[in-house]
Amino acid sequence: MEKQRITGAEALMRSLENEGVTTLFGYPGGAIMPVFDALYDHKDTLNHVLVRHEQGAAHAAQGYARVSGKVGVCLVTSGPGATNTITGIADAMMDSTPIVVICGQVGANMLGSDAFQECDLVGVTQPISKWAYQIRRPEDIAWAVSRAFYIARSGRPGPVVLDFAKNAQVGMVDYEPENVDFVRSYVPVPKTDPESVVEAARMINEAKRPLVLVGQGVELGEAQEELLQFLELADMPAGCTLLGLSALPSDHRLNMGMLGMHGSLASNRKTQECDLLIAVGMRFDDRITGNLSTYAKQARKIHFEIDPSEVNKNVPVDLAVLGNCKDTLAAVTALMKKQQHTEWIDSFEVHHEEERRIVIEPEIHPQDGPIKMGEVVRKVTEMTGNEAILVTDVGQNQMLSARYFKFTKKRSIVTSGGMGTMGFGIPAAIGATFGAPDRLVCLFMGDGGIQMTIQEFGTIMEQGAPVKMILLNNNYLGNVRQWQEMFFHRRYSFTPMLNPDYNMIASAYNIPNETVVAREELEAAIDRMIHTEGPYLLQVAVIEEGEVMPMCSPGNDVDDMLLQIKKD
Amino acid sequence: MEQDKKFYTLLVFSENFAGVLNQVTAVFTRRQVNIESLNVSASSIKGVHKYTITCWSTEEQISTITKQIEKKIDVLQANYFTDDEIFIQEVGLYKLTTEIAINNPMISKEIRKHGGQIVEMNPTYTIVTKRGMTEDIMSLYHALNDYGCVLQYVRSGRIAVTKSCIEYLDRYLAERKEAYDNMKKQQAKESSACDL
Ligand SMILES: Cc1ncc(C[n+]2csc(CCOP(=O)(O)OP(=O)(O)O)c2C)c(N)n1
Ligand SMILES: [Mg+2]
Repeated sequence: MEKQRITGAEALMRSLENEGVTTLFGYPGGAIMPVFDALYDHKDTLNHVLVRHEQGAAHAAQGYARVSGKVGVCLVTSGPGATNTITGIADAMMDSTPIVVICGQVGANMLGSDAFQECDLVGVTQPISKWAYQIRRPEDIAWAVSRAFYIARSGRPGPVVLDFAKNAQVGMVDYEPENVDFVRSYVPVPKTDPESVVEAARMINEAKRPLVLVGQGVELGEAQEELLQFLELADMPAGCTLLGLSALPSDHRLNMGMLGMHGSLASNRKTQECDLLIAVGMRFDDRITGNLSTYAKQARKIHFEIDPSEVNKNVPVDLAVLGNCKDTLAAVTALMKKQQHTEWIDSFEVHHEEERRIVIEPEIHPQDGPIKMGEVVRKVTEMTGNEAILVTDVGQNQMLSARYFKFTKKRSIVTSGGMGTMGFGIPAAIGATFGAPDRLVCLFMGDGGIQMTIQEFGTIMEQGAPVKMILLNNNYLGNVRQWQEMFFHRRYSFTPMLNPDYNMIASAYNIPNETVVAREELEAAIDRMIHTEGPYLLQVAVIEEGEVMPMCSPGNDVDDMLLQIKKD
Repeated sequence: MEQDKKFYTLLVFSENFAGVLNQVTAVFTRRQVNIESLNVSASSIKGVHKYTITCWSTEEQISTITKQIEKKIDVLQANYFTDDEIFIQEVGLYKLTTEIAINNPMISKEIRKHGGQIVEMNPTYTIVTKRGMTEDIMSLYHALNDYGCVLQYVRSGRIAVTKSCIEYLDRYLAERKEAYDNMKKQQAKESSACDL
């Protein structure tokens, strides 16, 4: 291809197009103005979504990436614009989400001089990103951008930061596209030891009471089909992590529910009874394991993992099968024999029954009293045919929507797992509508979290982003209130909250909205929300002092789950 | 717990990019492990930097730390060793008051006994060096210090090479080159198949 002499900013545009980018989330400012100027001529190919705060740009890029499997892109200015994205970068690192954050930076000759809006962004983001690089010369743009996208999406995905010095934006370069598909010092997918495959199949063939832990790795590896064959051939029950919930259809016979602190009674209790624990693309987070010193001590353990540094990090395992689980699951399945574990699987039922009776039924079918979060979630999921994408904010609304939303399609849950970032919901849901324009996006959030990124209503208005927002308003920072109730003698220190009129706010942004207080009105309101074109805010006044149950208190044994709080 | 701790030497190789040192040391900080010594220099391979890092740690912890360091994009390889698996060298530098050193014959005796070398002497000060292990270098320091003649003293970080007959970095680089060549061959095959 003929080389062309163009500006660095223009080279960035072409490099992004070369990576197949179609959508960017961003916000302009001094140090990135040459890039925004170049963007003006690429509006047909690069759809830039103007957010209202750079944190929103980062979370929107995350939401876009999570539902589409593509790299989310975020474009912001230096200094405060860049630091505003940090929560999103850290969140993407924790939850292995591929995003590329491009920030302006002062000119290379001013670096280190405390110039206006200078911030050592590479220094700040190195510990919370997969790779951070400063582009100081226009000649490096094609290479650095391609390398950034390659690193973000390959192997275990993650956020990459490009700090783009202004002189490199305005300088001229003989542009030639680059396609980085190899980095000598970086092995995205470790080699699979063939013996580990044989050994895994042998252990599974011998197991009497196997339990599979399904993580987001299955979604990231696009291994949903391989997982099904693996589970079904050996008739193995499975629990899903929060981020892995849609890797396996919710109503599948072998799906025993969510794992961890607010997971299902059966999957947590059975963790302490299984004879073989098989972790697939998950990292034994403390919210999953509870007390490590008692966690699944009776079981042998296999870990299917793409990131070698996760093996034996929290839970020592007997065998690691390294590689992409799409390949390793298939390879192990090929050596497995058909099995039936009827008795073992049936033994989960008493726990399901106990949970249904004490926790689930009162939550989703309460006879009287205020509306409960769980019943709203279950109504929404049913009325959308269990086919919608669930986006959540953080708190009780997150845990209850994760518990009661049902999934039939892959890549259908977008939630901040590792970081638990309040304010994630609205921008992530906006991103999801761009990443999966053909799907319905339902967002559940609390009255606390909505206010952390409520300015993105402006983005929703401007873009007409069809986010179906359900605000579960309990007039509390509910999750913290629940902990105060349980562990701090009901001293509700700064968790009650005076709320504004959310309908007026939504109306100011031209977003159709309503509020439901009475149970009888709920279904009709959800119906209106679903059938109104474009965005919608449905506020539901829910029980103020509701609890997320069951609960494995932090540090407790994983099978030591509380089913209800005794109220006096 | 404390009893399980051993002294480990980490050998890390990285590309020569800015900021790698920060990333390497940050892994220790996060896991609350103190670095006892650190040496960074060019390696025998052009563009590759070698880090020699020592610390007290448990085997599980050093294994996780090593993997977390190796995971950094620009790090080529990281391995940990115990003292029996490597050849080790450190250097001590001692600056002494010449007047005291000349007037007390015991001092030059101590230097010789410890295998130190006088590398510079002028009327004001005398420079002594000593190669060896930490204890030997420190022991000379304590001996000299007893005579009140030490103006400055410094001990270098450890440097080490492995005793193994296999050169792990060479092997890694050869494997990576092979992986690259195979990938390019595969791509060529695929694109020519498309042409048909
Ligand atoms: C940015 C941020 N700040 C604080 C917290 C701690 N936190 C976790 S849940 C929660 C309460 C959330 O309240 P709300 O949004 O009303 O949701 P609810 O639990 O009531 O459903 C808080 C403060 C957090 N996770 N993230
Ligand atoms: Mg609330």
